[in-house]
Amino acid sequence: MIWNEKAECMSEEEIKELQLQRLQSVVKRAYEKVPYYNKRFTDLKIEPEDIETLDDIEKLPFTSKTDLRDAYPFGMFAVDTEDIVEVHTTSGTTGKPTVSGYTEADLDLWGEVMARALTMTGVKKEDKVQNSYGYGLFTGGMGVHYGGQKIGATVIPISAGNTTRQLEIMQDFGTTVLTCTPSYGLYLAEVAEREGIDTSKLKLKAGCFGAEMWTEEMRNKLEERLNISAQNIYGLTEVIGPGVAMECSQKHGLHIFEDHFYPEIINPKTLEQLPDGETGELVLTTLTREGMPVIRFRTKDITALRRGVCECGRTQVKMDRITGRSDDMLKVRGVIVFPSQIEKALLKIEGLEPQYQIIVTRPQHLDELEVQVETSPALFSDEVKHIEEVKKDIENRIHSEIGLRVNISLVEPQSLPRSEGKAVRVVDKRNI
Amino acid sequence: MKLNQISVFLENRKGRLWKALNILSNANINIRALSIADTSEFGILRMIVSDTDLAKQMLEESNFVVKVNEVIAVGVSDAPGGLEGVLESLNKKDVNVEYIYAFVEKKGEKAVVVIRTEDIDAGIEALKNSGITVLSEEEIKSI
Repeated sequence: MIWNEKAECMSEEEIKELQLQRLQSVVKRAYEKVPYYNKRFTDLKIEPEDIETLDDIEKLPFTSKTDLRDAYPFGMFAVDTEDIVEVHTTSGTTGKPTVSGYTEADLDLWGEVMARALTMTGVKKEDKVQNSYGYGLFTGGMGVHYGGQKIGATVIPISAGNTTRQLEIMQDFGTTVLTCTPSYGLYLAEVAEREGIDTSKLKLKAGCFGAEMWTEEMRNKLEERLNISAQNIYGLTEVIGPGVAMECSQKHGLHIFEDHFYPEIINPKTLEQLPDGETGELVLTTLTREGMPVIRFRTKDITALRRGVCECGRTQVKMDRITGRSDDMLKVRGVIVFPSQIEKALLKIEGLEPQYQIIVTRPQHLDELEVQVETSPALFSDEVKHIEEVKKDIENRIHSEIGLRVNISLVEPQSLPRSEGKAVRVVDKRNI
Repeated sequence: MKLNQISVFLENRKGRLWKALNILSNANINIRALSIADTSEFGILRMIVSDTDLAKQMLEESNFVVKVNEVIAVGVSDAPGGLEGVLESLNKKDVNVEYIYAFVEKKGEKAVVVIRTEDIDAGIEALKNSGITVLSEEEIKSI
């Protein structure tokens, strides 16, 4: 099922032509309507007319999270605030939040791209979508909401939290599609098992998971435990929210809705564009946003682009599953470590619950990496030496994945914090 | 005769041992014998209790990781050399001991020793061949 075949299956020529036309138009609007861009372009002696080909995008400056933050709250809007009909913000965990403003046309666009995304998980008019993303300033809730309604599906706006009620509604209403963060999805599965709910008897067929990084191993767990097809959605508040890219049923990369969001991959150090297939930082330009266009926004997300016609019939460029963030990236004893690598190693171990926390400390000039893992009956033994062997095994697996020695701490089940939104996987206690 | 022992994973955190014992106490479960293996990071609480199945169920309901496995219990005379004789018989048959703990029965005539050998069956055979009485579940529970 394809929501918008015309847009999603365009030929390379058609898409390039559309992108150029839209890029020229957005650059012009940004230049004329947003003082920030006007100043940046003027400083670099760039005028909208300088964009003659898609490659000319490299002439344009990058927009960083800091730039958006400095414009807090409404400095990046390209329309009068009276034309803004909705606002959302980032969580602001790393400082002042950044605000995104939507015009009516932007909301329509958001519904369109989310309808495309949900259609990829098989959502149709007759489906019941349990939307367990948080509603509010966070974009997850409303994004799925608009997309689901555009399709004509029944949206259950339950928001995050109250897990027992989530499971009750899921059974009583006959939910067919679940949307939430992957960590909350696993938590739901865990509680369902504890409460003796047979997940194979649920009507649930698919899940649309995103808003945090996850792995193939986690997909396997979600699919197995909830008896669903688990697919990956990508997006960010600064660009629109969820609905920038979505994994089709092939589950091999996420199609970027590139008629609206123009992707580039850059080397985060040299800031040079990288060719397709090479891994680097994703940079996005909104081609059609009215309320708040962003030019070459540095997402900090690490991925690679892959072109070609997909088995699903779509032609839109695919990006790999995000493997890390150029700023979430941990540098431990000089070695680059992504939490996803540790998760990957952990989930290969039979009987281990996918609940973990990574704690980085620097006791004496040297970084130490501790990984707390919840004990399970499969890991436990009455003999100390067996438990030590299990710990060694986990340490070795992580070592072969990241090339660093870590300390494994086994903790009691249910003792690590569960999250209803984004899971806190890393606690960096270093004072650097 | 093999005996069921219950082991509980304890994080090295304040109040965890108390919590485990509190659960058993509330369920009216009596502890016959107990030992704790402690490392710098975690502990293993090992017990012989009056009702192993109930103890397992109650502890698991409170999210403790629990394992039930078999051990050997022998009665030795509460006199010098009592335990030494037991170990000698195991040593002779090349049976490796993983851990051991002991308690004195109420009458004070005998000490009861709980032994976990690498191979439980080999352990029992070695003890029996040396004429050492291996205690049954009932015998332990009647102490």
